[in-house]
Amino acid sequence: MSVGLIERFKAGLWRDNPGLVQLLGLCPLLAVTATFVNGLGLGVATLAVLMASNALVSATRRWIQPEIRVPIYVLIIASLVTCIELIFKAWFPDLDRSLGIFIPLIVTNCAIVARAEVFASRNTVGASILDGLVMGSGFALLLMIIGAFRELFGQGTLFSRIDLLLGGEPVRGIVLADHGWLLLVLPPGAFFSLALAIAAKNAIDGRRTDARTAMPRPTRTLNR
Amino acid sequence: MADRPVWKSGVTLAVIAAFCTSLVALAWQLTAPRIEANKKEWLERSLQPALAGLFFDSPVTESMIRISPPHELPGSEAAIIYRVYAGEKPVAALFVVSTRDGYAGPIRLLIGIAMDGTVTGVRVLEHRETPGMGDKIEITKSDWVLQFDGHSLRDPEPGFWAIRGDGGDFDQLTGASVTPRAIIKAIKQTLTYFGANRVAIFAAPAENDDNPSTEGE
Repeated sequence: MSVGLIERFKAGLWRDNPGLVQLLGLCPLLAVTATFVNGLGLGVATLAVLMASNALVSATRRWIQPEIRVPIYVLIIASLVTCIELIFKAWFPDLDRSLGIFIPLIVTNCAIVARAEVFASRNTVGASILDGLVMGSGFALLLMIIGAFRELFGQGTLFSRIDLLLGGEPVRGIVLADHGWLLLVLPPGAFFSLALAIAAKNAIDGRRTDARTAMPRPTRTLNR
Repeated sequence: MADRPVWKSGVTLAVIAAFCTSLVALAWQLTAPRIEANKKEWLERSLQPALAGLFFDSPVTESMIRISPPHELPGSEAAIIYRVYAGEKPVAALFVVSTRDGYAGPIRLLIGIAMDGTVTGVRVLEHRETPGMGDKIEITKSDWVLQFDGHSLRDPEPGFWAIRGDGGDFDQLTGASVTPRAIIKAIKQTLTYFGANRVAIFAAPAENDDNPSTEGE
């Protein structure tokens, strides 16, 4: 069981990472990752929606006829996102203002519909929640890494505006340099950063495969 | 499964829709008071910095007036003025104005002016200036906006309300001159307006924020 658990986490965080490998949910991924705190905030929100939607889809899977499954997924996901948005507005109003439209836009994150369709509609509630947890963590982790990278090199700071999550006075974070490479904070920087992350993952995978066997691994399909 | 009648699908859909709706309704019930309180608190909190060093004892947000265009304030949309009192005595006026002279999109400014016409504080509420350059106008990014505190149209003279590069008295920002120019121009214009309309501003009846009327002076 614990071996299976480790395998599942490996899949979510690395092998089938929704952002890095499946390339799902790129709209929020590219748009909010200008800072680490924004990435963390949206990552946690997406993780929560993914776990809850997987749980609900899995719990109702016996009654969902195949021909109406998509409207039902949309209903479930939209309601959950609305709840999350209300929770953010009530308890993290500053972060909500900072993330702006991207909280409601979690609805459009394909990673969530994909997991509902591929996993939750065929597995037990427990397994589906676990799947939401690992896939959501993979996505959140990628958001945080790209956010930290862009903030560090684009702006010269780390953890700026952490007060959005922890409360208190606005903070500038750890200031390492006055200026950074501006391009990274601007929208093109998001694409470059994601490309670098994917390239890094492929390079690491390639090296591992070389070490194990001379034969290249067969390419994986998007949804196994 | 496949030969299930259509109405059954309809019922399933309706049941799940009802469930989801009640979920949202419940979440709204639980969060609505907090969200309302947050909104109010945020407004009060965002107005405080423009009041540095002033004594006042009434909630600022309850003394709002709206000045609809055309007016002599910066920007072409309705401007908002919050009047600040200590007891019955007017202490200062907080202007929320926007300027379109920025580099990208309107810049919304909060400008506090004391009764004697000196600036008590300036904050940028909203902008879309270039990150890393024009966005140094935010207080969380640099201290640039603090340099206006305590100045008025007598100090310096109106002709020197400009960045140093233009022969004025105020600092510019590295790599961005359009943004500082826009803000300085907006402050100057607001100070001029305050000087000319001081009495009328404090004579106007307060408005309710929930019911934005278009009446102004």
